[in-house]
Amino acid sequence: MRVELQNIRKHFGEVRANDDISLIFEPGKIYGLLGENGAGKSTLMKILSGFQKPDGGKIILDGKARRFDSPADALAAGVGMLYQEPLDMPPFLVLENYLLGQRRGFAVNARQAAKDLRELGKKYGFDIQPEEHIRDLSLGERQQLELLRLLAGGAQLLILDEPTTGISTEQKVLLFDSMRKLAKDEGKTLILVSHKLDEVQDLCSQVFVLRKGKLVGEAKLPCPNELLVNLMFEKLPPRRERASREQKQVALELKDAVVATPRLELQPLNLTVYAGEVFGLAGLEGSGQEILLKACAGLLPIRSGSMQLGHQPLDQLDYHAARAGGISYMAAGRVEEGLVAGLTLTEHMALVDQEAGFFVDWAGSRARTKERVQHFQVVGTSESTVEQLSGGNQQRFLFAMLPSSLKLILLEHPTRGLDIRSTDWIWQQLDERRKDGTAILFISADLDEVVERSDRIAVFSGGRMSRVVDAAKTNAEELGHLIGGEQ
Amino acid sequence: MRPGWLDRIWPLLPVLAALAFTSVLLLLFKASPVVAFSAMLEGAFGSSERILNVIAFWIPLLLCAAGLLITFQAGLWNIGIEGQIILGSIGATWVALSLELAAPLQITLEILAAMAGGALWAGIAGWLKTRGGVHEIFGGLALNNLAIILTNYLISGPWQPPEGGSFRGTVPFGEHALLPLFDGSRFSPLALILAGTAFSIVMIALRNSTWGLKLKALGRNSRSAFLLGVSSNREAVLAMMFCGALAGLGGAVRVLSWFDSLRQSISGGIGYLALLVVMLAAYRVLWVPFVAFFFSAVLNGAIVLQLRTQLHSSLGDILTGVMVLFVLLLGDPIRLRGLRRAKDDG
Repeated sequence: MRVELQNIRKHFGEVRANDDISLIFEPGKIYGLLGENGAGKSTLMKILSGFQKPDGGKIILDGKARRFDSPADALAAGVGMLYQEPLDMPPFLVLENYLLGQRRGFAVNARQAAKDLRELGKKYGFDIQPEEHIRDLSLGERQQLELLRLLAGGAQLLILDEPTTGISTEQKVLLFDSMRKLAKDEGKTLILVSHKLDEVQDLCSQVFVLRKGKLVGEAKLPCPNELLVNLMFEKLPPRRERASREQKQVALELKDAVVATPRLELQPLNLTVYAGEVFGLAGLEGSGQEILLKACAGLLPIRSGSMQLGHQPLDQLDYHAARAGGISYMAAGRVEEGLVAGLTLTEHMALVDQEAGFFVDWAGSRARTKERVQHFQVVGTSESTVEQLSGGNQQRFLFAMLPSSLKLILLEHPTRGLDIRSTDWIWQQLDERRKDGTAILFISADLDEVVERSDRIAVFSGGRMSRVVDAAKTNAEELGHLIGGEQ
Repeated sequence: MRPGWLDRIWPLLPVLAALAFTSVLLLLFKASPVVAFSAMLEGAFGSSERILNVIAFWIPLLLCAAGLLITFQAGLWNIGIEGQIILGSIGATWVALSLELAAPLQITLEILAAMAGGALWAGIAGWLKTRGGVHEIFGGLALNNLAIILTNYLISGPWQPPEGGSFRGTVPFGEHALLPLFDGSRFSPLALILAGTAFSIVMIALRNSTWGLKLKALGRNSRSAFLLGVSSNREAVLAMMFCGALAGLGGAVRVLSWFDSLRQSISGGIGYLALLVVMLAAYRVLWVPFVAFFFSAVLNGAIVLQLRTQLHSSLGDILTGVMVLFVLLLGDPIRLRGLRRAKDDG
C-alpha cells in the first residue's frame, strides 16, 4: 500500500507536535522514523493509525483520501500499529485476544480461528499457543500475537513503535526476519519508529528524521551514523561556567543492583553519586531511567546487588523509610503523584507536618503555609486547592513541602511544562540544596537541560545504563550516540 | 470557596423531585397523594409512641451513617456494613446469653463485644482489600452473606430456644441484659447518648484530627497520599474497623432495645439505608443526622400507611429509593460546581 501524508498538523496548546509534515511511504519497503523525545514521531504515527485526529492535513492510502475515527477504522482500511505496550487483555486467552477486534459476524468459530492462528504463526516462525493466557506470555510473545492480529485484520501498512525495548535477542531476530519477509515477499509497507540507530541501519532502506514537530531530513540507508545524529540533535548551547564540587563524599552508591518491572529488567547497575552533585539521566522515555529513580526512592525492590545511602545499606527499604532517611522523590505527574486535588495548601502542609499529634495544628499549619508560599513565590493562598494552581506553582509548592535537610533528591522531569522563569527558579533552589551536601539525581527528556544542569550524566537505552560522562566535556553528538544504544 | 445557594438547598432538590415522582406514581394507581402522604406523616408523628419509634429506629441508622462518613472520606465503599451490624448483634448476644452480671457491667461488655465483632468483620474486608486486592464491595457483599448464614446457624443451632429450633430467634434476654427503655417504648436514652457521642467523635475526627486529614488525602488520591507519607494500607484498614465498630454498636442497639433477642435479618437493611443516607447528604457531616431522621420517619410512617390505606408499606422504600436515584441522577453539588468551572475555563 502506498501511503501519503500531506501537511499533517497537530497542536497541543502552544506545542506544535506536528508542524506541516508531508511524507510518502512506498509498498514493499521498510522505513525508519527517527527523532528524540518530543520530536513528534509518536503523534504522527498515532494520527496515521487512527488513534488521534489531526488538526489539519490529509492521509492518502493508494490515492484515496481517508479519515479515521478509531484504530479499528484504520485497521479496516489496512493500517495497523504495534504499540510499545501491546494493546492486549492480560486476563484473556491468546485465542480470545486474537478474535477480539476482528470485524466478523456474531458467531465465532473458535476451532477454525485457533487453526488459522497456529498456521499464521508458523508462517512467520512464531510459536503461538491459542489456549495460553496472555498474562503468562513474555512481552516479545505478546508483541508477536499482536502482530498476527493486525495481519489477520488485513493490515497492509504496519507501524512498529520501539518494538525492541524489553524483548529478548532471539525474539528481536525473529521479529526482524518476519518484518523483512512482510516487506519483501508480501509487498507490505513497514514503518519502524526507533531511536536505536543500529537497528534502523540494519533493517530500513530509508529513514525520515523529525525534530521539534518538523521533518528535518531524510536519508537512504545505510549511511554514516554521524549524519543521523546531526539531524536528530541540534547543537547544544554553550554550557555556563559553574562552581566545581569540592566534596567527595559518597551520597548514593549502587553495586550490581538489579531492578525490574514486569515490562523491563534493567542490566545490573553500578553508580556512584557524590554529596552535592547533580547527576542527570538522559535517554528516550521508558528506557529504564524511571525504574532506577523509583528503586532509589524505595518504590521498587532491588532484586540483587546492593544500594547504599552514605554508609547505610538501603537494599530492603520501603518508600516511607526512605523518606524518613532523607530521600525525597518528586514524580513527573504533579497532581497525579505528589499533590492531592481537592486539598488546600494548608491541608497539604498539615499532612506532611512531621510533628503532627492527634489533632491538626491548623493555626500553625496555616502560618507555615503562608510563610512558605511567600518564600517560594507560589501564586496562590493558603486556602487555594492545589488544582487551582498553575503547573509552575504546583512545582514550587512541592518544593515548599520538602523537608529542610535532605541527603538525596530524586526528580522526574522537574521542569516539564514550565516556563523559563519557573525553570530557572527551580534550578536555583536545587543549587541551594547542593551547597548543603544534598545530592540530586534527575531525569529529563530535554537534553539541553541535562547537559546544562548536571555535573555528570549517564544515558539509558533499552534498559541499559551507559558509561558516565562528564557534563562539561560531552557534546550532543556523544550523547546522541549513547541514546542510540551505542557504547 | 464559599458554598453557593445550590449547595445549601442541595438535599431538598432530590427530596422534592422524589415526592413529585411518587405523587405521579400514586395518581397512576388512582390513589390520592395527599391522603397517602398525610397518612405517612400521621404514622411517623401521630403519637408520642410513634415519635419514639422513629427516634429508636433513627439511632442505629445514625451510628452506621457516622461510621460510613469515615470510610467514604477514605474513598472506601463499605457496603459490608450490613454484615458488620449483624456481627455486632451476634457479639452482644453472645455476652447476653453467656454471662449474668450486674446490668451496668453486663451492658458495657455487650457493647464492647458488639463493637469488636463489627470491627473484626470490617477489618477482614479491609485486609482482603489491602493484602489480597479484593475490592471492598465484593469482599463486603461476601461477608454480608456469611454473617447472615452465621446468624441462621446460631439461632437454629447452639443458641436455639429450648422449645425447639424455629429459625426465628434466640430466647428473649433477661431484663439486666437489655438497654433501659423509655416508658415502655423501643427508645433507649442510653443508646441516644452513645450515638450522639459517636457522631461527635466522627465530626471531630474529620475536621480536626490528623487521622481525618490523612483519610481525606487517601480518599482523593491514594497515590499522592502515599507519596506524601500516608501509610495507605494501614489507614484504610483502620477506617474500615472504625466504621465496623460503630456499625457493631448499631447492631447492639438493635438486639438490646429495638428487639430483645437475636433474630433473622436483625439489621433490617439499616446498613444499606445508611449508605443511601450519606449519599443523599452529599457526604456533608452536619446533614447526616437530619437525612437519617427523615429516612426513619418515612419508613416508620409507611407502616401506618399500609394499615390506614390500601397502599403497601413499600411506598416508603420507593420514596427513599427514588430520592437516592435522583441524587445519583443530579450528581452531587461538588461535581456540578466542577462542571460549571470547567465550562468557564473551557
